[in-house]
Amino acid sequence: MAHAATAEGQQHPIKLYLLVWGWLFILSACSYLVDYFGLQGTLRWSLILLFMLVKAGLIVAVFMHMAWERLALAYAILLPPVAVLVFVGIMVFESDYTLFTRELFFAGQ
Amino acid sequence: MPDVTPAPTQDIALQPGGLRSLVADWSSDQRAFRTASWGKAMMWIFLLSDTFIFSCFLISYMTVRMSTVIPWPNPSEVFSLEIGGKELPLLLIAIMTFVLISSSGTMAMAVNFAYRRDRVRTVLLMLATAAFGATFVGMQAFEWTKLIHEGVRPWGNPWGAPQFGSAFFMITGFHGTHVTIGVIFLLIMARKVWRGDFDQGRKGFFTSRSGRWEIVEITGLYWHFVDLVWVFIFALFYLW
Repeated sequence: MAHAATAEGQQHPIKLYLLVWGWLFILSACSYLVDYFGLQGTLRWSLILLFMLVKAGLIVAVFMHMAWERLALAYAILLPPVAVLVFVGIMVFESDYTLFTRELFFAGQ
Repeated sequence: MPDVTPAPTQDIALQPGGLRSLVADWSSDQRAFRTASWGKAMMWIFLLSDTFIFSCFLISYMTVRMSTVIPWPNPSEVFSLEIGGKELPLLLIAIMTFVLISSSGTMAMAVNFAYRRDRVRTVLLMLATAAFGATFVGMQAFEWTKLIHEGVRPWGNPWGAPQFGSAFFMITGFHGTHVTIGVIFLLIMARKVWRGDFDQGRKGFFTSRSGRWEIVEITGLYWHFVDLVWVFIFALFYLW
């Protein structure tokens, strides 16, 4: 059966879903193993984030069919969350400053 | 498929000004999402707003964790389970992750069979999805009970930074609520599929719009989103 997002709705072969399902299992197992083997530092964080983003991408693109929607919808939904990254950046600076003042004024109490 | 066709240009030009034009303009069909139905577009926009809510929770968690001078409890130890005298880190959380991913897989296939008008398989897969979801919530209840017995409270815990408890209860609680609502939503939709509402175009009691098979896909969007949020919680709260 051909891939299509027709007026009848999304039609894709079952095999595709099983493949993505399998990959989600493998990626989840990988991220669990990161903790099981107690990896630390940059390696741990980069692996956790990598597995997280690949899993999220597979779910949105295939399970939620975003890969076959028109760009108007994809951009309307996928671009606004980029603002969240700016928010993350702001709060990283903010919490660094809070930590700095706490260490400066509460040290030794 | 549009429920209403766009109004011809001359009709719009003839419409009156003032407050009536305000109503007319907002009720006229300005279509940006040409292939997505109103239902699907609205579900996506709702999920976008939900994304911001969960982002705010995770960002607050990041902020309290980064700014505290007291060490953060090690989630790997806090969420470990002892089986046969051996401590297994994050075991329950790993099982919960696999359960939720499995439910996403069955949901994706339910949507597929729904578009093939296969009533029986759609209902069975939706019920399987709901069962996985209920299992997930059950395991979460077990996890909460275990932690509360060990002394975790929103204002403190035996192992370190007091903010751990508030972040944990807020984030997993809100996610668990979403899963619970999803299970209820799935059961209602499975009943409609079983009754044949979408073949007959029977009107919904709440929206009074004709039932369409696409509703299964829209339910699926919500369900996959719940799984998607768990991917982020698993990585950022439990593994970090």
